[in-house]
Amino acid sequence: MSFLIRQTLIYAVPLMIVALAGIFAERSGIINLALEGIMIFGAFIGVLFVRLVQQWGWFDAAMAAKNWPALQGFMVLAMAVAALFGALFSLLLAFAAINLKADQTIGGTALNLMAPALVLFFIRLIANQNTLQMYTGDSASWFMIKKTMLGYAKTDKLGFFAETFLNKVYLATYLCIIIYVILAVILYKTRFGLRLRSCGENPQAADSLGINVVKMRYAGVTISGALAGLGGFVYAMTTANCSANGDVAGFGFLALAVMIFGNWKPLNVAGAALLFGLFKCVAASYASLDLNGDGRFLLKEIGVNINFYRILPYLITLVVLAFTSKSSRAPKAEGIPYDKGSR
Amino acid sequence: MKNFLHKEGTRSVLASLISILIGLVAGSILILVVGLTTKGLGLKSAWEGIQLVFFGLFSTGRNASGALTFGFNPSIVGNMLFRATPVILTGLSVAVAFKTGLFNIGAPGQYLAGTTVTLLIALSIPTGVGDLAAYQAAQGIVPAVTYPTWFVWTLAFLGGLLAGALWGAIPGLLKSLLNINEVIACIMTNWIAANLATWVFDVSNLKNVIENTKTSYIYKTTVNGVATSKMGLDQLFPGSQVNGSILIAIALAVVVYVILSKTTFGYQLKACGSNRYAARYAGIKDKRNIVLSMAIAGSLAGAAGSLYYLSGNTEFFWSTYQQLPAVGFNGIPVALLASNHPIGVIFAGMFMSMLDIAGLQLTNLTAYNEYITDVIIAVIVYLAAFSLVIRMWLSGSGKRRHRREEKIIPATQETNNSENIDRPAGDGKEAAEK
Repeated sequence: MSFLIRQTLIYAVPLMIVALAGIFAERSGIINLALEGIMIFGAFIGVLFVRLVQQWGWFDAAMAAKNWPALQGFMVLAMAVAALFGALFSLLLAFAAINLKADQTIGGTALNLMAPALVLFFIRLIANQNTLQMYTGDSASWFMIKKTMLGYAKTDKLGFFAETFLNKVYLATYLCIIIYVILAVILYKTRFGLRLRSCGENPQAADSLGINVVKMRYAGVTISGALAGLGGFVYAMTTANCSANGDVAGFGFLALAVMIFGNWKPLNVAGAALLFGLFKCVAASYASLDLNGDGRFLLKEIGVNINFYRILPYLITLVVLAFTSKSSRAPKAEGIPYDKGSR
Repeated sequence: MKNFLHKEGTRSVLASLISILIGLVAGSILILVVGLTTKGLGLKSAWEGIQLVFFGLFSTGRNASGALTFGFNPSIVGNMLFRATPVILTGLSVAVAFKTGLFNIGAPGQYLAGTTVTLLIALSIPTGVGDLAAYQAAQGIVPAVTYPTWFVWTLAFLGGLLAGALWGAIPGLLKSLLNINEVIACIMTNWIAANLATWVFDVSNLKNVIENTKTSYIYKTTVNGVATSKMGLDQLFPGSQVNGSILIAIALAVVVYVILSKTTFGYQLKACGSNRYAARYAGIKDKRNIVLSMAIAGSLAGAAGSLYYLSGNTEFFWSTYQQLPAVGFNGIPVALLASNHPIGVIFAGMFMSMLDIAGLQLTNLTAYNEYITDVIIAVIVYLAAFSLVIRMWLSGSGKRRHRREEKIIPATQETNNSENIDRPAGDGKEAAEK
């Protein structure tokens, strides 16, 4: 059970944070179809940063001395760099969509094509193969929090709560949840958030009240890019052993679906992300899933083909959208370039 | 001359050519930057890379002194035509959907659906010829009836078309009946198709067991004696993989062109794309047309997969659930480059496969790699997103229409019925004089 919860969180958190990225862009009026591309880019930059810093040997002493706080700081730094570059990359979309009034769907598609191409071009040059890995060691040995770090012995039996949330987890997971909460509050409880949302609903009215629509939309897309880049790196670190290969298995698109599923509202989106995380987790580890700890692998014994579990998240998205599309409340002005003159 | 420049068609072609040029230049700049900043590369290697980006199709390798040589090589041109076939068809698929106002990002899924059904039919109906029959005979399996190979080929191709049509119709139905955004629906059906294809082949007995090194691949169709006819093209381009499928693709493009611009049905499709509600008001069944348009788009993408794997020298990697075929996505830039014109798609598709070849040459002959061509494609798509703005610069007018046309995707593209509206203001007089 602990394993299931832990793994579900590991899959759900990148989805959640990237879906929030989608919310910020769309609430400001820009459709961000490029989430997948920005994730790929963020994952690459994060991994590259980790690799370079390892190569320079800045944290070798900390690793040797088992100075865990320093290593966690290193990870947070990598997250920040991934977020920064995600934001920079998203400026391409912002410029096309806001300044040039381009078609946002096609602009997003362009970024989705651009990211894997650029990333693989550089990965091939740097690593001479199609996957960029850490310079030494692996994600678990460098960044994972284990119970031994918190003063427990290896053989100690922890309670259910501690076992689930303190052993074999990543600090990044909790940081992302904190960021999620803070940004959700900003979106709903601050003046900035209200202004941002107004630009996605009725930019002309917002403009007439003295809100700078262009600036707000830039803010929305940039925050969106930062979150997607961060989500991409967290995904690469927690599920792909801190490696980048120009692919995040459709997580960016899944996050878009999660966002629509959650009706563009942070709380619903978090719930939807958890649901999807659960399905992803089941699909990834169904053969070794032991729900009640009796040593039997129930899902494997049922004998349903693994591909069925892999299809489930996508199928459920379609079914849920079929039922909820009538009541869906998308931001009214999303996808429409802002024009002062139109009513 | 001025009239010629102001023609809508000329302007789209010019806009596309400018996009291509900017894309190639962007790729060259990237190569230059990497060449100058990486140890051991330098300006000379960057220059070689740039030459290959522009003239990769005519590269014939390196001579004894290590310099790049260029010339006409029929086998490379033949391979270019071979690789162009699927992109032309997925490009057509995206273009047809665009004309009806739909963004068909589901071409990869439809491509996979077509591939799966085609391979199932082409490999499971016994023909009595080929390695598979020999292998089965050795195992003591002799089929009761065998069918001629041309019959199996036709059935497999039609099966692929149908499967693609069905897969395309799903997002169409979801869009027209439940108003689900077709982009999301297409993305979901893409991944479902990828997983389904893996599932189907995982439980099938079509995995290649004859050649031990090819365990993760499905048999080539030639194992069952089924392959597309060469139609004499192998004489024109000796030593290449080319076959008749390029002619089929061109024929399909012409068919789509005729349907779209010469029939009532095509006019209805375009009317739905320009303004769905106005079309409904005019008595056009918009819901039916959306489904049909997606089905046609799907069948074209299905045909792409079908023809590619029926060629006889391609093998399908069956464990495909983690990645979608790039050919499907490349249909988007092809359609955008061609301004959704079916005949233009043929040339745009060939340009794409030319870039593809250039990428391979880059990987083989220099320190750079084929992904630079994907960067170029991405730049071109990025430019296509605001192609309207570029076209506006070209004509130097039209500011007031610019707003209204941007809301719907196909309206930013050239359509026949928008030709009159789209003319720059100064052109009306000249048209009258003419």
